[in-house]
Amino acid sequence: MTDLTWIHAALTSARPQVVAALLRYFRNLDTAEEAFQEACLRALKTWPANGPPRDPSSWLIMVGRNSAIDAARRQSKQQPLPADDLISNLDDAEAALADQLDGAGYRDDILRLLFICCHPELPATQQIAMALRVVCGLSVAQIARAFLVSESAMEQRITRAKARIGKAEVPFEVPGAVERSERLAAVAGTIYLIFNEGYSASGDTISDRGALCDEGIRLARLLLRLFPSEPEIMGLTALMLLQHARAAARFDGEGAIILLEDQDRSLWNRRQIHEGLAMLDKAIRHRRPGAYQIQAAIAGLHANAKTFDQTDWAQIEALYASLEVVQPSPVVSLNRAVALSKVRGPQAALDMIEPLAARLSGYFYFFGLKGHLLKQLGRVDDAREAFNHAISLANSTAEAAHIRNQLDRLMKDNSLAENHKIKKN
Amino acid sequence: MQYAILCYHAEDVVCAWSKEQDDAVMSKLMVVHERIAKAGKLGPVARLMPTTAATTLRKDQDPPLVLDGPFAETKEQLLGFYIVDGESLDDALNIARDLATANPGGAYEIRPIMFYETGSAAK
Repeated sequence: MTDLTWIHAALTSARPQVVAALLRYFRNLDTAEEAFQEACLRALKTWPANGPPRDPSSWLIMVGRNSAIDAARRQSKQQPLPADDLISNLDDAEAALADQLDGAGYRDDILRLLFICCHPELPATQQIAMALRVVCGLSVAQIARAFLVSESAMEQRITRAKARIGKAEVPFEVPGAVERSERLAAVAGTIYLIFNEGYSASGDTISDRGALCDEGIRLARLLLRLFPSEPEIMGLTALMLLQHARAAARFDGEGAIILLEDQDRSLWNRRQIHEGLAMLDKAIRHRRPGAYQIQAAIAGLHANAKTFDQTDWAQIEALYASLEVVQPSPVVSLNRAVALSKVRGPQAALDMIEPLAARLSGYFYFFGLKGHLLKQLGRVDDAREAFNHAISLANSTAEAAHIRNQLDRLMKDNSLAENHKIKKN
Repeated sequence: MQYAILCYHAEDVVCAWSKEQDDAVMSKLMVVHERIAKAGKLGPVARLMPTTAATTLRKDQDPPLVLDGPFAETKEQLLGFYIVDGESLDDALNIARDLATANPGGAYEIRPIMFYETGSAAK
């Protein structure tokens, strides 16, 4: 690995902590970001020659802070910033700052930064854009590509979010226990949104959006290092690892969706599965179940099944039932119905989803599943109607193509059956 | 003499590696491993999951206390280890230098082993 790629990785990983600390000093997100940017430029100049400092984060905070203060001074025409060769040797200053960083203080710094980006007053799209830009350090162009909007539109989205946050005035005091857990929950929610943006990508968007899954996992790890005993953060990390483990098996060469039952399980990432299961183990020990842990447990059962037929559907159905209690939603019920159909057959599942029809009338998966169940029951015409409805609601070409495929199979099977009947007659 | 080579590195940096970077380091390491193995000096090798997967049992009290996370909060974390058979400290250091060419950054701690048992756990 070259020096530059190492430095790039070091700067990326230091970013949340450094921007968070600078935000505490300057209490202004733009100033903090600019100061970080300036510190990175200086790091790129001095680190290749002098070697990276022992503690890159402290170095960047110190240099960023100095350069921002200097910029403010320069505006009032005062002292210049010391030359690069002077600031590149910050051992003494580093030591003092490192002591400061070892305290629990930086934990709330980072949580504050995350919370500001994931502020509940922001719409989800702005939360995601802010977290990716400010915390993960993705470029506006990268984020714009992932969301299929122009760079200027994304720039505007971020500017608007910042203006809104400025008005919301997140307090800078150390948060109380309740406040802290509320912030944690909000941040966890955004992290999962980021992950899902990547996870739901398909076809042409995989290359641009797939990276969002990695960012989500990275943010969850960051959060977990700050709050190592939160079972739901463990659950969230486990859930994302277990889902992401299937990435290589989820699409064919053309970017079309491959369903769980048809996936080549040898392509699943065992390393991520093992880490996910280890995290889940840790979480369950706390006996404080929550939505992320339950979903992770479901993903864990899928990961553990050697073949689709060996899936423990009864257990999955029970887990969805408890998820319905913790986080009631028609979509959860829909997933429960899928599991139920494996345990008690398509009719039982159809009975379960019928009452959801009104609430899910615009939901692609509802009609996809309905069609699938009707098909299993041999109700060909009803199945075709449901599949057609699903296609009209598809969010992506891959989704539509998948249902069309089902429909083709349905028609083919049906015409074979018809032919068979005719021949027999 | 047997030595443990304990591998320390900033975990958040290693986690920020792209899959390509990680794969590149691992494949370079495999070449070095093979070289050490051919010399008959390579014992068990382990790469550890991130410290977020760690659990600590504090046994300075009764009953011992289970804590989430690694034992020590350090700037660089224990991310893996090797057991190698070195003729001398210099030899062990040379093995570590060889490994370092494939995996720069962080530090290797070379510790002579006092007691070693291969154990019975299946691979």
